[in-house]
Amino acid sequence: MTENGTPRLLDAGEAALVVEFGTMVDPSISDRVLALDDALAANRPAGLTETVPTYRSLMIHYDPLILDRETLAGHVRDLTGGDTARATTPARWILPCCYEAPHGEDLAAVADLIGQTVDRVAALHTGGTYRVYMYGFAPGFAYLGGLPEVLAVPRRPSPRPPHPTNAVMIGGGLAAVATVPMPTGWYVLGATPSKLYAPERTESFFVSPGDEIRFEAIDAASFASLAIREAAGERVARREEVH
Amino acid sequence: MRVLAIDDAGPGVTLQDGGRHGYLRFGITAAGPMDPLMFATANRTVGNPLHATAIEVSTGGLTASAPEGPLGLALISAGFRATLDGEALPTACALTLEPGQRLAIRAGSTGAWGYLAVAGRIDVAPVLGSTATHTRSALGGLGGRGLRAGDRIPVAEARMGDGAPQRLLAPWLARDPSLIRVVLGPQDDYFASDQIAAFLERSWTVSPRGDRMACFLDGRPLTHTKGHDIVSDGVAMGAIQVPGNGLPIILMADRQSTGGYPKIATVIGPDLGRLAQVQGGSPIIFSAVSIGDAIVARRAEAEALQRDIQREPMVRTDFPPEFLLNVNLIDGITDALA
Repeated sequence: MTENGTPRLLDAGEAALVVEFGTMVDPSISDRVLALDDALAANRPAGLTETVPTYRSLMIHYDPLILDRETLAGHVRDLTGGDTARATTPARWILPCCYEAPHGEDLAAVADLIGQTVDRVAALHTGGTYRVYMYGFAPGFAYLGGLPEVLAVPRRPSPRPPHPTNAVMIGGGLAAVATVPMPTGWYVLGATPSKLYAPERTESFFVSPGDEIRFEAIDAASFASLAIREAAGERVARREEVH
Repeated sequence: MRVLAIDDAGPGVTLQDGGRHGYLRFGITAAGPMDPLMFATANRTVGNPLHATAIEVSTGGLTASAPEGPLGLALISAGFRATLDGEALPTACALTLEPGQRLAIRAGSTGAWGYLAVAGRIDVAPVLGSTATHTRSALGGLGGRGLRAGDRIPVAEARMGDGAPQRLLAPWLARDPSLIRVVLGPQDDYFASDQIAAFLERSWTVSPRGDRMACFLDGRPLTHTKGHDIVSDGVAMGAIQVPGNGLPIILMADRQSTGGYPKIATVIGPDLGRLAQVQGGSPIIFSAVSIGDAIVARRAEAEALQRDIQREPMVRTDFPPEFLLNVNLIDGITDALA
């Protein structure tokens, strides 16, 4: 497919259709994925069960006994044929992030890898504006683009022990926030007291694919107090409109 | 409230419902039953909604009792050996578990999953709209974990069964486990035509190291034409991804929502359950079908689940061990239908 042309429609079995806008990690491809996702949310055919935006495609799960494949494909072509601007304005979230011990477990390792001080690594990371490309891999694992080039270290050759909850990580030229502890090939730069995923909360997720994230450095004492407020039900992440 | 008491449970025995849908976009796996048709049949037998919470029994086995009052149950497996107070039960049966009785379910020579549905409502709190257990992310079921000895599963609105165990007639569960139909794609263009042909012509062996997340295949590796890394995209249940070593991995109920390997084909929905039932070490062959064919098969399943499930009294209650050892998946069920 061409990056600006008609998307490819690929069948993932008889109950999922992949609308592929490209094969790369690229904000303009992601915009088209999210524009179609918005359009389907606003104009949702009966039988569409759920959609999964990824870097470069939208997976549409559907019930083929209710929604015919060709009908769905025609609907998708209609929605991708004209203006492809997003119908919704993405939110920008300011996430507090503590880079200090004990949270910034791998900050020194990254500083060594790129020949910078730990303070400089933290400052570079805080300076970035990140796009939430997609969730995947685990509940609330958000893949972020927009990592400053100098921080583009490859992922570890073998996984490190499980990271803490709400880890702020980098690896392979991308950034991530990961909510559920698990072994990882990424480097843990810090942690946020903000829970992107809380199944017990009414709004289990508040950051959507396409949103922007910026990190705001906090010290360990602030982390502790914000974590208490978050645990009490407050959302310590702040929302800003993107202009 | 009545309870189903778990006296013993092997690893991998979980509570499942129709799955946790609507959260794939946030990285949440649907989970749900490995053999959706058998699961729904068990629920239908006891008069529950098709997607009601039931127990998925692994080859680890289960022993259960009903200490607070009788429970109506349906137990369906594909070759497990089940007994009620030591008396053998058919592979598909309805029964009433009375206080003091003991229901034991053990793996047999075929089949990987069985379903135990309770007449009434298994009363555990849904998480994100579902009771399906996903142990890797500790969601659903009882505390996000598998069942274990000492668990007491509350059953609301419990109904009794019809007394003596009855054989169930569910001919749609007599499925050929070795032939698995697939729709090619979404990344079949990462493979040359001779590799697609090899994928369809070769016999693959299901590896014993599979679980609810994935079914691993052994055989002669496939080769890629455009490399084995793609930028991550969505993963459907039944997606057959081919990683760098060329050995296909079929992603099942507990799969991750996205992945970065090319997917040569996708198992059609109606064949997911029969694939899940294949024990490690057994061969399978893939057959490519059209989406239209897949929909015909889906419709047949949906129609089967509309029918009443007929029952007949158990004539034979003491199966000799050699009979039990000789039942295979098809015979085990067709015999129960005879």
